[in-house]
Amino acid sequence: MTVFILRRLLQTALVLLITSLLVFFGLYVIGNPVDILVNPVADEIERARAAAALGLDKPVVEQYGVFLKGAVTGELGTSFVFGRPAMDVILERMPATMELAFLAMVIAVTLGVPLGMYAGLKPDSWLARSIMAGSIIGFSLPTFWVGLLLILVFAVQLGWLPSTGRGPTVDFLGLKLSILHWEGLKYALLPAVNLALFKLSLIIRLTRAQVREQSLLDYIKFARAKGLGRRRVIGVHLFKNILIPLVTVIGLELGSVIAFAVVTETIFAWPGMGKLVIDSIFQLDRPVVVAYLLMIVFMFILINLVVDLLYSALDPRVRLAEQK
Amino acid sequence: MFFRIARAATLALALAATQAAAQDLVIGLSTPVTSLDPHFHNLTPNNNVADHVFEKLIGKDAKEALKPLLAESWKAVGETTWEFKLRKGVKWHDGSEFTAEDVIASVKRIPNVPNSPASFATYTRPIKDISAPDKHTLRIVTERPHPLLPNDMVAVRIVPAKLAPTVKTEEFNSGKAMIGTGPYRYREYVAGDRVVLERNEAYWGAKPHWKTVRMRMITNAPARVAALLAGDVQMIEAVPTADIARLEKDARVTVASSVSNRLIYMHMDSDRAVTPFVTGKDGKPLEKNPFKDVRVRKAVSLALDRSAIVSRIMEGQAQAAGQLLPDFFPGTSKKLPPPKQDLEAARRLLAEAGYPNGFAVTLQSPNNRYINDEKVAQAIAGMLTRAGIDTRLEAMPSNVFFSRAGKLEFSFFLAGWGAETGETSSPLRALIGSFNTATGMGQANRGRFSDAGVDALILSAMTNIDDTKRNLMLAAASDKALGELQAIIPVHYEVSSWGLRKGFAYTGRADQYTYAFEVRPGK
Repeated sequence: MTVFILRRLLQTALVLLITSLLVFFGLYVIGNPVDILVNPVADEIERARAAAALGLDKPVVEQYGVFLKGAVTGELGTSFVFGRPAMDVILERMPATMELAFLAMVIAVTLGVPLGMYAGLKPDSWLARSIMAGSIIGFSLPTFWVGLLLILVFAVQLGWLPSTGRGPTVDFLGLKLSILHWEGLKYALLPAVNLALFKLSLIIRLTRAQVREQSLLDYIKFARAKGLGRRRVIGVHLFKNILIPLVTVIGLELGSVIAFAVVTETIFAWPGMGKLVIDSIFQLDRPVVVAYLLMIVFMFILINLVVDLLYSALDPRVRLAEQK
Repeated sequence: MFFRIARAATLALALAATQAAAQDLVIGLSTPVTSLDPHFHNLTPNNNVADHVFEKLIGKDAKEALKPLLAESWKAVGETTWEFKLRKGVKWHDGSEFTAEDVIASVKRIPNVPNSPASFATYTRPIKDISAPDKHTLRIVTERPHPLLPNDMVAVRIVPAKLAPTVKTEEFNSGKAMIGTGPYRYREYVAGDRVVLERNEAYWGAKPHWKTVRMRMITNAPARVAALLAGDVQMIEAVPTADIARLEKDARVTVASSVSNRLIYMHMDSDRAVTPFVTGKDGKPLEKNPFKDVRVRKAVSLALDRSAIVSRIMEGQAQAAGQLLPDFFPGTSKKLPPPKQDLEAARRLLAEAGYPNGFAVTLQSPNNRYINDEKVAQAIAGMLTRAGIDTRLEAMPSNVFFSRAGKLEFSFFLAGWGAETGETSSPLRALIGSFNTATGMGQANRGRFSDAGVDALILSAMTNIDDTKRNLMLAAASDKALGELQAIIPVHYEVSSWGLRKGFAYTGRADQYTYAFEVRPGK
């Protein structure tokens, strides 16, 4: 187990280094931040001053060296646009993205698993057919279009929910969260549903496929033959076995929901990290973009690790320590 | 415990909601506000918010004519000395009195804000000495005669003298240092989300109508329109041109608009002997750069159907341009109407210049910087091709575009210039004056147009303190640079627009600013 985690840590460091290298030089190729940040009216003296203040007057390799030196001590640089440590800027936006992603995943899982199981157990019923048809729609419609449609129907036409923005927040364990009371939840519902739609469809289809596949296996037949009740066969034997692939997918999807909430956040003017990183890319705010991507990569690695650990808990055949 | 907090919060919200009545205004901004420090980053959305809390000596009206704010009057008392009479009885938001010392301290802070990505030092650099003969008089001495000092002072926001020497950008962002003299006081700022302001009941001037103003950052244009239609916001800026016709028909909303100080123009490499993106129609490189010939530049201008661009692509949200600014701005010429399309004349000029069969060129354009920029460039490419110049379009995001343009990679490109001084010297100096770090001219002259006669006209205008005479000289420089030499090709002036719910009215501003204190209750 320890060897397993140590190996993972080493891999993590390597992946982070490569990511930082790619992003840093990728952004360098796109353009010079000074051309974007400095007001076009400014004279050459001002441009030179700004370049020096942001450390952009040095050769790019040296700039990367400065960044690496800071990164080792946990300093990922100061945002050009905000003038504050990039990590602070990102962490400030993190709760907004996290609560949206969390809400979306809760919606996707609590609806997706039961609906998928139903569709798998009664594949020929009309309800199962409509669930599956609905999931295809959820899969194929583009997020930005669904988002605008949700706004038009629920905010503009019906006026039930606010169109955009994040509701008032309350402090909870030092975090500013908005989904803990109705006033704030109202704002989060539409973006969360929009974000959940694709994941919901995915989970429905995956659950259904798993149920269909597992139902035919010997252990289910044996459990039935043993005279176990339908409830126990489905709720314990079947459910536990379909969970293994589901956990992997849900874990990875949670990561992608956090990392790629960009479109939804932009449409719903949700002040999360995705919107921040898009603005930062446009303004070539390199420290924020690099720090964000490093954090996301780190998060994916962490989620993978947790998934692997969960795996071994769910499936006793998997022994992590034995992996060489 | 947690539920009790949540319940208390809900209750407070419910109370706030009942109070939130006709006195409130919610505005949907199109670009994020990144800092509240009025001296940190010279960026329109930041300046826009700052102008609610902090004031300048001099402001601008909707058509960008200068108007007194903290200075009641100003005059040049010599070639290089200016005197400002400051308003008496103005109070800071903390109750202390505004004096000339505050102005001096602010001017001193401006070049010294740590980590500033774009400082305001450009506006304070001409100042050699600044002093206060008494509490309400300010004397500024400039290095050289500097007639635009009052225009520069429009960009200098005044913060209290007791804060200026030590205050940090974070203290503005946290609200601690948000002490101004303006019509609104700071209440809340959530980065990337909103700025909330409260009316300053002790304001020296006309009190704004709205008690609480929320500025929400809704960067996605369709979402901004939807928020307006849903009634979540009462006003939005930058209405997308595609939605204007629909909004004008909707009884719940109105659209306010104003022609802006932003010119969309085309720049050509009129300097290098051979230019990278021009070839013959057969794809072979040309021996010389056709854009060096004024007849070719004139042909480009005549090939454009500006009225079609305005009516079809901009849906009326633009004005055809023949010079650098719309003609109500100071320093514009009376002799430069927008040229009419004349394909015959264009072809004739090309033939005279030695290109009877035309040539081929790539037109570069940003695709997310100006209103419909890529579509406009697309239309222009079509029009030029019809006149005999085969034009390929290469559109790219602005962060790529401006870096490449700055490195002079292009031969022919579309760009825009907002004359933030509100008069013609700004585009003349930046786009047309010869690139020269000593004169400070040509900083955006990426076609490297250069003409000694035009330079002399601009430079002598820029040392003339007399407004009328200076503006005549600037108009003469425009005549020569545009009418005669085709230094750049003006296409159109952007019209900026605001969408408002019924019951709210706004006079559109030429500088594209969205001021809550200028929003009136409407019918």
